[in-house]
Amino acid sequence: MNEVLKAVGNVFLKMPLGFVVTLRHFFKKPVTLDYPYKKKPMTPRYRGKHYLERYDDSTERCVCCGLCAAACPADAIYMEPEENEKGERRAKIYEINLLRCIFCGFCEEACPEEAIFLGQDYEFSDVNRNAFIYTKEEMLVKHPRKDNPFKRLYRRVRKVHGVTDKIS
Amino acid sequence: MLEMIIISSVKVIVVVVAVLTCCAWSTWLERKVVAYMQHRMGPTLAGPFGLLQPIADALKLIFKEDLVPKSVEKVTFALAPIISFVPAILTFAVVPFAADFEFFGYQVTGIISDLNIGVLFVFAVTSLGIYGIVLAGWSSGSKYSLMGALRATAQMISYEVGYGLSIIGVILVANTLSMKELVEMQGSDSIWFFQNWFVFKQPLGFLLFLTCAVAETNRCPFDMAEAESELVAGYHTEYSSMRFSMFFISEYANMLAVSAVGATLFFGGWQGPLLPSVLWLLLKMFLFMFFYIWLRGTLPRFRYDQLMNFGWKVLFPLALLNTMITAAFVMID
Amino acid sequence: MSLDLAIFVISALVAVFGATMMIFQRNPVASVLYLILSLVGQAVLYVQLGAAFVGAVLIIVYSGAILVLFLFVIMMLNLRSSADLGEPSPPVSRFVKYFVSCLIFLELSFIIRESLGAGSTTSAGIVTMADDSFGSVESVATLLFTRYLYPFELTSVLLLSAIVGAVIIARRATEDELPPQPEKAVGPISQKTNEGQE
Repeated sequence: MNEVLKAVGNVFLKMPLGFVVTLRHFFKKPVTLDYPYKKKPMTPRYRGKHYLERYDDSTERCVCCGLCAAACPADAIYMEPEENEKGERRAKIYEINLLRCIFCGFCEEACPEEAIFLGQDYEFSDVNRNAFIYTKEEMLVKHPRKDNPFKRLYRRVRKVHGVTDKIS
Repeated sequence: MLEMIIISSVKVIVVVVAVLTCCAWSTWLERKVVAYMQHRMGPTLAGPFGLLQPIADALKLIFKEDLVPKSVEKVTFALAPIISFVPAILTFAVVPFAADFEFFGYQVTGIISDLNIGVLFVFAVTSLGIYGIVLAGWSSGSKYSLMGALRATAQMISYEVGYGLSIIGVILVANTLSMKELVEMQGSDSIWFFQNWFVFKQPLGFLLFLTCAVAETNRCPFDMAEAESELVAGYHTEYSSMRFSMFFISEYANMLAVSAVGATLFFGGWQGPLLPSVLWLLLKMFLFMFFYIWLRGTLPRFRYDQLMNFGWKVLFPLALLNTMITAAFVMID
Repeated sequence: MSLDLAIFVISALVAVFGATMMIFQRNPVASVLYLILSLVGQAVLYVQLGAAFVGAVLIIVYSGAILVLFLFVIMMLNLRSSADLGEPSPPVSRFVKYFVSCLIFLELSFIIRESLGAGSTTSAGIVTMADDSFGSVESVATLLFTRYLYPFELTSVLLLSAIVGAVIIARRATEDELPPQPEKAVGPISQKTNEGQE
């Protein structure tokens, strides 16, 4: 008799509780993000795809000193220098192999010219291994930054989407 | 005569098309509801709220390769999806879907065929639906399929008795087997429009019917015949393309059929105020469908022996008890 | 009523065809399937005679429950062809075969001759029942619970005894009923495994 009462209790008291749980969750907001259309904001300190910064007069900051390549633990950076019309030193070739890169951010810290940063972009999948070797043209931003990035609390915060898109 | 045949044919076509459409969007409903219960979003890409997803699915399934493994028994393998599909649709022949209405000057009854043994017809037809599953499992020549079919038969034998007995109470109270008369009995003009619904006269019978109906349609938590975590896909493991989708559709058609029968027997069918009668039936069916999906989102699967025990030792005696109590009340009246 | 005739001919042919094929199939599952086909044909015949209740019950009980059980057993034993059924039964003498067939034929023709007189007969020789209540729920129930009450209750006793018998056959022997197990011979393990391999 006791068992029967227990079973009845389970069916009429405990089981409805379970149903209430699922129904309550039914009305909650889903945690899934509608990904390709809505993107999760990355944290300001996120280390994504690299970009090369410019001076306010649009000349490249990078002077091809090689410190980033020296600092790189994965040996992912390759560069060759040249001189521009004014005789200033700059990079002729500046390549980062993103298949080797471990996104540690040492290059950013090693850079004396504040030229290389790790951005917020994390969508760089491709079907071709060569496509992961990013050249200078692909990483260089199109316009210099308007505000002074160093005065801001999170200096890396910058809308990178669309700025470092590949130039085909 | 000709007029009658034309009206009947039109009704048949309309009902079948409506059922198939409902089937398609039940899949959407299921995916959405279960997704939201799990904090997901479900299909979103095809159309607004993913509403075109069933069409996309259908297209995908049509264009998939129809694979027939070497070890199958060809004839039964081809027949099985059809056998499981047809009974599900046949049930709707005796479900009254609307009040009698006038259509371009013709008096039309809101039921395809008003059999005087409508309820028995429903049970006869649904009991044939099991053959689709059994034959599919047997003819596939695969271990998983055979296990699924075995489970389906054992489950069906355990549940058919309780299922049949659960509605005896309603039949005793109503004293008729005609679905149309059953619906008409449950109507009421007062503001408490639901006062005559049989669910209030037969609460235990309704609970038993609900439980057995879930088992009858092989739905979670009694979906052992296709238990995807144990048997790959159970009886339809070896099926692909349109043959698979036939099973898929028939599962949902079965759910809809059971919903319609449940709404008719216990919730007054198309009876209801203000709204058109068809909408009332659809609304009640929708509530049943939602409950089905809700159940799937809540309860884990029963174990095989638990289910047999449950069927024989709990549902069957309870159904007998319900029958006896109802008979006593009917006798006192 | 040519439609009635057409339905009768088709369903009768289906029933006979199913029954015949059931006998001639070598595959047990196919046999069961043809039996179902035959039963469906018979159900249609009942419905056509106005006995819709009997037809529905025929489908619910026979095709819906009993034959599912048959299929269940066949699948449990996994019988794919008649070869799995084991040794064929010993041959019956020719005389017995002929005698039994003649007996059945005579009985059937007697029944048909008798029944032709019972109801009104259409030109095609189909028996149609004049009584509307034939085979309806009420008439079946009335007969079952008044005139044939005792046979009906006796049937349930028969079924009960069948259930008890099935339970006795199927139950496992309890421990004290088992014959005493002989003490296992104790010996070196290697010896035992050798025995097993031989």
